[in-house]
This record gives sequence, C-alpha cells and structure tokens, in this order.
Amino acid sequence: MLSAAVALAAAGAQRAVALTSNTNTSIFSPESTPSRSIYELSLFVLAVTGGIFVVVGGLIVYAAVRFRERPDDDGSEPPQIFGSNQIELSWTIIPVLIVVVLFLATARMIFAIQDAPKPAAALEMSAIGHQFWWEFRYPALHITTANELHIPVSTDADPRPTFMKLTSADVIHSFWVPRLAGKVDLVPNRINELWMDPHTPGLYVGQCAQFCGVEHAKMLLRVYVDTPEQFAAWVKQEQQPGAQSPASAAGRREFESQACMNCHAIAGTAAHGQFGPDLTHFASRKTLASGAADNTTENLERWIEDPDSIKPGSLMPSMHLTPDQVREITAYLNTLQ
Amino acid sequence: MAGGSIPVPGGLGSAADVAATEADGATWLEHLHSWVVTVDHKKLGVMYVLYALLFLVVGGIEALIIRIQLFFPDNHFVSAETFNRVFTMHGTTMIFFVAMPIVFGFGNYLMPLMLGVRDMAFPRLNAFSFWMSAFGGLLLYYSFIGGVGLQGAGSAPDVGWWAYAPLTSRAFSRGHSTDYWALALIVSGFGSIGAAINFIATAFCMRCKGMTLFRMPLFVWLYVVSSGLVLVAVSPLTAAQVMLTIDRYLGGHFFDTQAGGSAVVWAHFFWIFGHPEVYVLVLPAFAIINEVVPVFSRKAIFGYPAMVAASVGIGFVSLGVWAHHMFTIGMTSISNAFFVLSTMLVGIPTGIKIFNWIATMWGGKIRYRTPMLFAVGFLVQFLIAGLTGIILSVAPFNWQLHNSYFVIAHFHYVIVGAILFAIFSGIYYWFPKVTGRMLDERLGKWNFWLFVIGFHVCFDVMHIPGVLGMPRSIYTYEADRGWTGLNQIVSVGAIIQGIAIAILVYNMIHSALKGQEAGPDPWDAWTLEWATNSPPPPYNFAIEPVARSRRPLWDLKHPNDPDEPLEEG
Repeated sequence: MLSAAVALAAAGAQRAVALTSNTNTSIFSPESTPSRSIYELSLFVLAVTGGIFVVVGGLIVYAAVRFRERPDDDGSEPPQIFGSNQIELSWTIIPVLIVVVLFLATARMIFAIQDAPKPAAALEMSAIGHQFWWEFRYPALHITTANELHIPVSTDADPRPTFMKLTSADVIHSFWVPRLAGKVDLVPNRINELWMDPHTPGLYVGQCAQFCGVEHAKMLLRVYVDTPEQFAAWVKQEQQPGAQSPASAAGRREFESQACMNCHAIAGTAAHGQFGPDLTHFASRKTLASGAADNTTENLERWIEDPDSIKPGSLMPSMHLTPDQVREITAYLNTLQ
Repeated sequence: MAGGSIPVPGGLGSAADVAATEADGATWLEHLHSWVVTVDHKKLGVMYVLYALLFLVVGGIEALIIRIQLFFPDNHFVSAETFNRVFTMHGTTMIFFVAMPIVFGFGNYLMPLMLGVRDMAFPRLNAFSFWMSAFGGLLLYYSFIGGVGLQGAGSAPDVGWWAYAPLTSRAFSRGHSTDYWALALIVSGFGSIGAAINFIATAFCMRCKGMTLFRMPLFVWLYVVSSGLVLVAVSPLTAAQVMLTIDRYLGGHFFDTQAGGSAVVWAHFFWIFGHPEVYVLVLPAFAIINEVVPVFSRKAIFGYPAMVAASVGIGFVSLGVWAHHMFTIGMTSISNAFFVLSTMLVGIPTGIKIFNWIATMWGGKIRYRTPMLFAVGFLVQFLIAGLTGIILSVAPFNWQLHNSYFVIAHFHYVIVGAILFAIFSGIYYWFPKVTGRMLDERLGKWNFWLFVIGFHVCFDVMHIPGVLGMPRSIYTYEADRGWTGLNQIVSVGAIIQGIAIAILVYNMIHSALKGQEAGPDPWDAWTLEWATNSPPPPYNFAIEPVARSRRPLWDLKHPNDPDEPLEEG
C-alpha cells in the first residue's frame, strides 16, 4: 500500500511536471534501456514489498484493535502463551523464500546492466567531475566540452549506445540523469563506467548526487540527445577552433591578457587553461556556471563581473575588471558559437 | 499500586525505610557536586538522557532550519555555506549526541535494576564513559567558535556527517572545522566503547541469584548484542578518524587522493562503522519494545529463545552489509550481488521479531496508555522502514534511489519512526520509576498523536521528491523542478513534530515537579526494576532479590501460576 501510494503519487506528480516543462527527472519515466530495466525491476519489488506491507500491517492493526482491553473487563490476566515452534518456523521459512526470489531477480539485473557488452558502434567518451562543473571529453572525436552533454539517440534500427568513463579531478561527485541511467560516482584516482542508450531525442536534466562542497546544489547537468544528423552537425561544429572575427578582437585580446586564460581553454588561441570549463564553443551552450543561470549577455556580464552573485562559493574568482573589459570579454565569448 | 503488599526479597518495605534519610538539607552546590562526581549508574543514566534530550532540541532546531530553507525554491533563508554546516551538524548531533547517549542512558539506568544488582560492573569506567561522550559533544559545538582557524575558513564542519574523502583533506577543507568533527568523534567514540564494555561485563558477571543468562529480560540481551556491535563498529571509525587526522597534520596519504590515497577506503571504513551503527541504535529500541509490549498486552513475550537468537543473528549479519551504502561507488557486479544478498538476509530475523511482537499482542488485553501507543506506532513504522530498506537493497533500484530524498525518508523512518518512537515509549514507561511521578497521560496523548501526524506528513511525503530525482544535501532547488509543493508539505510535518517534542519537554518538567505519585509498580509489571522504590535508593535493593523465572514479579503476584514450569514443559 505504502509503495503503491508512493508510486501513484510519483506518477501523478510526474505527469504534472511533464506537461509543464522538460525538467522531468522522475525515475518512473525511463527513456533508456538501463533506466527502463530498473523501472521494471522496481515495479516487481514494489509489488512484493507492498504485499508484505498489506499482510503484516493488517496483522498489526487487527491485533492492536481486536485485543484491546474492553471497558467491562474483569481485570483477570489473559492466558499466558510462551511460544510455538511450528508457528515460528513458518514465519521464518516464508521470508527466506521471499528473499531468495528478490535476490535472484536483483542479481540478474545487476549483471545485465553492469556487465553489458560494449557494441562496436558505441560512442565512447568520458566525464570528469570538478567542483562544481562537469567536463566531457570525446577522445576519438577530439572534442572537449563542459556541462551540456551531447549524445546520439539509439534506436533498434541504429543502436548507438554511449559508454562513459567517469573520474574526478578533485572530490567525489555522482552522475545522475534519472531518466537515462542509474547514478555512478566520479571518484578521484579511479575510473568507473556507465552506459545509456536514449530512445527519444530531447533534453534530459540531472545533477550531481554526491555532496561535493559549497555549490553541490548548483552542479546541474543537461544531456541533449540528438538525432544522428544533429549529432553529426554538433560534432563538426565542436571540432572547429574558436570563432575569430575582427569585431571581437578586442575582447579576445582582453581574454588572453587577463587571468582568464590560466583556467580556461579556447582552441585556436593562447588560452590553454585546464582548471575551468573549455570555452571554445561557449556561445552554443544554453546555460552558464553548470546550469546556475541561462546563458544571456546580461547574466554573462554579471558572472564575469562577480561570479559569487550567481553561484556563491564557485571557484571562479572575481577579476575586478572595468565595465568596459567585462563588456568586451562578454562580446567575444558571445561569438564563440 | 499492588506492589506494596508483595513480599519481594529486598523489596519495597525495607528499601523505603532506608531511603528516607538520603541527602536532605544539602545545598545546591553539594547537589551539583554529587552529580558531577557520581559513579551511580542511575545518576549517570539520567545525565545521559538529559544530555541527549538537550541535543535533541539543538538538532531539532537544525532540522527546522533545513526545512525552512527548502520551503521555497531558490530560497535565501540561509546561505549555501550555512546550510551545509547545518545539515552536517544535524546528522552528527542526532547520531552521536542524541541517539547514542539516550540508548546508553536507558541501559545504564535499567540494566543493573533489571538484573537485581547494585550497580554496573565498572562504575568508574561508567562515569568516565559518560564524561567522554559529553565532552565530545561540547568539542563538536565549540567548532562554531574555534573552527575558524588560522586561514579564517569555515566554522562548524560542512562535509556531511559521512564526511567522504577527499572533501575532508586540507586542500578542500581549510580551517579546523573538520578537525573538531574528527576529534569529537574520537573522544565520544572512546566513551561509547567504554560503555559497551561495561554493559557486556555487567550482563555476564553481575546477575542476582537465580538470574541465569536465559532468564535475563530481553532488554538486557539486546543491550549485550548492541554493545558487541559498538566494540566491533566504533573501533574502525575511531581508527579512520586518527588516519584522517594524520593525513591532515602529519602528511599522511591514507585518503589524500592527490597523493595516491583512496577515497573508497574512507567510504569502507565509514560504513563498516555506519551500518552496524544503525543496529547499535535499533537493538536498544527493540529492547524497549520487548518490555513495553508484553506488559501492556498483559502477556509474556512470545518466543523468548527465538527473540534472543534473532537478535544475535541480526548482530552478526549486520556486520556484513556495509557496502550497500556504496552500490554507486563502482564495485564489481559480484561484490554488488554479495551485499544485496547479505542485506536482504537481515530481513529474516527482523521479520521474526515483528511476528513475535504481533503474537505477543494476540489474545492479550491491550491497555492503551501512552507507552503502548508509541510502541504500536513503532511496530507500524518499523515495518515500513524495513520494507523501504529492502527496496534500497535492490542494487539496480538503489542506483536510482541512492543519495536521493527517498534515502533520507527511509533512514528517518528508521531513526525517528522506529528508534525515537521506542525511546519515547520508554520515557513514558520508566519516567515513574526514575522520578517517582507519572507523566501526564493527557499531555502524553497529545504528544503521541501530534508526533505521529507530523511524522507521517513529513516522512511519508519525503519519499516522493526522491523518486522525482531530488538529491540530498542540496541547499536549494529550481522552481521548475516540480518539487516545491512536496517540500512544503514535508516542512509543515517537521514543524508539527517540533510542537510534539515541545509538549514532551513540558510534560517531563511539569510532571517531575507536580505529577501524580507513581508508587513502586504503576504498570503492574514483571521485571525486577519494579520491585524497588520509585525512585530507587542509591543501593537499588536493600536485600538482593532472587529470580526464579524470566518474570520474577509475575511469580510473586501469581503464586499459583508461576512462569517457569510452563516454559520448561
């Protein structure tokens, strides 16, 4: 009953969310094989535990009500019963059988998901956790980007699952996009793996699920599942060096002469920093500061001027630039499609 | 009540005569001194419980700060830094400075009385353990003042109560806040280990005449198992804290990943402590329920040997389940499957316990005084907590639910819905023994019903944002995530629980001063603590009592129907 109620309420709330926005993160609306397998297993587990709840909860309530002391009681003590081996044996054996069934169903699913073979067509990439943003690398495609992950859709006709290696540059983080896969931690000095094969193009959101410091709550995650054409176009665009134009040359000079380049990289310029997100195609991203704000000119100027005003505790310092410098750098970054 | 006329050996009449001469006319300073230097298990037990209740209020206020902050999306009631400190302090306080001392307090006060002896096996170790635990709490809270340190960073610890490496290393946690956290746990850990040694020694070496091991009240058995777990589980935590301190100050690299250390090793150390810790706390809750349910159902406990076996079984199995907290950290599929199985196995002895409690109520005449109300609340909520535990043990399902609000709801169901309900049941049950006065029954019913309503409004609903993808430890969330309404309901439930606890505190103060006189045996109970005065004299029993069965007072009240022949037959 409890689990059924949770499932129902969750389904209701999820429908309300799905109607209004694309920020649905319900684990009960899976869009990928691992998350769907987990969902199906979870229905079985909820049914079993719901059944146990109804039976045992019913017994507790029945005993509590049926055997209450009545007002007309004569005050004598009820018969004293000290136990019964047969009865106790029966309520030992039944739980043992339930445990065996649940364990076998669970073990089967662990191996099916965790040890799934990697097909030749799989996209291989890696995710690196940072305080408080995500770095994504596609070694075979020579792409490095941040915070907004692009992966191809995977259909029965054209299976193209994404296999991700995960590690961290600083503390433990956890990669969780509930509709695509269960979460996997990003642990420094260690490489974990995760795979997903989203069936429907679109945006899927998630966020860091392991407390990682001050701005853990604003370490948001956006996964764009692209059609094959969109993905090919995105790859082609990402492989270009940062856009250059005479109009933004002043901003670029500013970027290269300030401390910006110590932390950020823009391909095709002198900026090769590794501590912050790669900005080569920054203007193509919808959000900045790992989803903390929409990527608009106004927000970007505020962010460069004083990062703490958007994400207090972010590791990007305020460089105390003049308003002109901020405007020029913003104009330059806005050209980096 | 009826107790006065019962010829208990060493019991009421004689004890009452001698007790009258105690400490009359002492100044308040002499009173204070007598509490500070005491080695009396009863005074130490009372101090443990009062100390824990004080921290319960502090930790409760921290919980309310968390709930106010999450009431609105993008709320700025507190800053991100403050929120992280508050939830770290809330968790650490509630586990180490509320739950642990309160169960030790119950054990300290009751175990010698139930065994019919004068004190614990090692009274001085007992006092030492209490003061170590107490200083641990003070040390933790001193971090608000002293945690700034030379670099001027941080005050209270802000690394989560699990304090995963390498967030605790000097690179990521500057100042001294993490040091206060580690030292507080080392110091209180020594206190816990001392208390556990004392409980085990008392149960095995300090029983009155006729009190064989299998005549001990189940309460004592559960404290023996719980104490055994403390010895095995708190030691690795203390070791880990020492290693952490070596990392931070002596250039060690146990958990320092930047120098090749392992973050996963910390997680193992922490959960080798952390999971048995749940059983360290829940077994004493079982202990209380094992006393309350039979007395208020007017029946002997059903299946005493099975209950002992199940308790010992839970103790052993619980030592092999810790990595179910780490299903997402990247263990192999074989390891994951192992910890799924071991975790599910805990369900079997736990199920036996629930069935035996139901069977104890079955055919009884249940008296719904406040202790029994809390006990029935415990049964229902512990059942649900156990079932969501089974849900979380399913590793693939756990990959989704881990570190979400579903987990928060689950373990608050265990710690509040089960453990705290049992402790409140115990407070209402034994308060008359400790103070000589009954807690007010009308306030008790208000306390129970408000708490049960607040609890379910808060923690039933809290499962849902977890299913909808809300992770734990976030200081705020965006308005478009669909979590707002649910969080507001949860916060309202938290406030109702706060009111219920305020009623309990008022009831305890009011009743201690003006409550109805209890007499030695107000509940018509059967274990030896009810054979002496309320409150018991410093020496407990003027003459050592003799136990001829598991329920010595039942035998005395029903000389024609004593316990033992039935059991032996």
